Amino acid sequence: MRVLFHFGRYAIFLKRVFGKPQKHKIFLNQIIREMDALGLSSVGIVAIISFFMGAVITLQTAYNVEMPLIPRYTIGLAARDSILLEFSSTIVSLILAGKVGSHIASEIGTMRVTEQIDVLDIMGINSASFLVLPKVVALVVLNPFLVLMSMGIGIFGGWMAGSVTGEVPSAEFIYGIQYAFIPFYVTYSLIKAVVFAFLITTISGYWGYYTTGGSLEVGRSSTKAVVVSSVQILLFNLILTQLLLA
Amino acid sequence: MIEVVNINKSFDGNDVLKDISAIFKKGNTNLIIGQSGSGKTVFLKSLVGLHEVDSGEILYDGRNFNRMSRKEKKLIRQEIGMLFQGSALFDSLTVEENVRFPLDMFTEMSLRDRRDRANFCLKRVNLENVNHLYPSEISGGMQKRVAIARAIALNPKYLFCDEPNSGLDPRTSIVIDELIQEITKEYNITTIINTHDMNSVLGIGEHIIFIYQGEKYWEGSNKEILKSTNKELNDFIFASKFFKKIKEDGGFV
Ligand SMILES: Nc1ncnc2c1ncn2[C@@H]1O[C@H](COP(=O)(O)OP(=O)(O)O)[C@@H](O)[C@H]1O
Ligand SMILES: [Mg+2]
Repeated sequence: MRVLFHFGRYAIFLKRVFGKPQKHKIFLNQIIREMDALGLSSVGIVAIISFFMGAVITLQTAYNVEMPLIPRYTIGLAARDSILLEFSSTIVSLILAGKVGSHIASEIGTMRVTEQIDVLDIMGINSASFLVLPKVVALVVLNPFLVLMSMGIGIFGGWMAGSVTGEVPSAEFIYGIQYAFIPFYVTYSLIKAVVFAFLITTISGYWGYYTTGGSLEVGRSSTKAVVVSSVQILLFNLILTQLLLA
Repeated sequence: MIEVVNINKSFDGNDVLKDISAIFKKGNTNLIIGQSGSGKTVFLKSLVGLHEVDSGEILYDGRNFNRMSRKEKKLIRQEIGMLFQGSALFDSLTVEENVRFPLDMFTEMSLRDRRDRANFCLKRVNLENVNHLYPSEISGGMQKRVAIARAIALNPKYLFCDEPNSGLDPRTSIVIDELIQEITKEYNITTIINTHDMNSVLGIGEHIIFIYQGEKYWEGSNKEILKSTNKELNDFIFASKFFKKIKEDGGFV
């Protein structure tokens, strides 16, 4: 029952979020500010996590492929495909669900409980759209770039780990990551990045927007936002994989 | 002038406003008084459409709010200024940007004109040299004044204030009350103020409506209120030992 209630209210909320902005110039400024607040501030953490993720994937693959018959370059190939297909898009989005999701829900939730949203409503501004749409646009545009960056850094991390430990010689790794490359894997991940960015921003915006009470409830909304958007990311990951790769 | 006719409002079967009717005149400070939880905030928010009433009419100078199209509502909203209990300034904007916000959103004025107007409003509430500070960097009384400046930026015809001096010390409260009264007279605004503060009631209560558990129990002015024999009203007024003592001593001279 609760699920149905939230689903219905979320649908109505989405309809309001995609209302026409009051002033286009202000809307553009907001998007730029949100790109900075949501996307650019996440570059560091995405880079660090991608580097280590790539390194670990490569080493684990290497330790699991110890048979002399299998050429070493296949490790580069396997690491590349794991990163491109799954790790970059899903892991980066899950990190963002935690970082950006809690940020959005607590910001909007605080605005709700301190009546700042009422101020917008009373002026006749579509508050849902005014507060959430710039965030949706900003993250939907930036997330694919974050994912691309993550792919690059992840593969670099793998190459570095392979070379430093001597498990995968540099030339073999580089040969491997070029071998049987399927460009659609990148497209597939970028599609996921867009969908996940949409889920994170709208779901977190929803939980923040419908906060009632005080600071305790703001914290609760923020937790809800992270949990629900993470679960939805995993669910949609499954759906998209089935739709795009099957 | 705002006219309210038989409005009712309930939340999930809990009747919060029961058949309230009243007339609020232009250029007057109209007060809604009552204990916490009596329905003052719901009343104010119903008038401005933040809550939808279950039944009854709300007329803004004869224009029926409930029957307006979305577009008409949007236009009338720009004639309304509202002051919220906790000031409700935008945390992420500076003082000047807060006051300029309605101008940025709803006018085609040049940046220079908008800034001038914002500065004029800030000056009107006796605030200067705080333009570039953020709400968290100024005192509660100053925040209230910024909120008033923002509420009058678009030259409203109607001003709503929800507990304008909650959380303020008595002296600052009086300053804010008097400021609201002055602005009401100066621009001939229809002003409605929620309060449970007896100092405000006696200070600026030109027209007072007492709400008890969602019903209108008494209506009058600050000249009459201490003489009232309404039991619930007396319980409200003389809950304070100070006012009780005054009554026992024979009232104000
Ligand atoms: N959004 C709401 N949903 C349900 N009940 C509400 C809501 N807002 C207010 N109430 C109830 O209405 C009553 C009056 O509240 P309120 O108008 O805030 O009182 P006051 O402002 O006079 O202190 C309270 O019992 C409160 O619980
Ligand atoms: Mg209240």
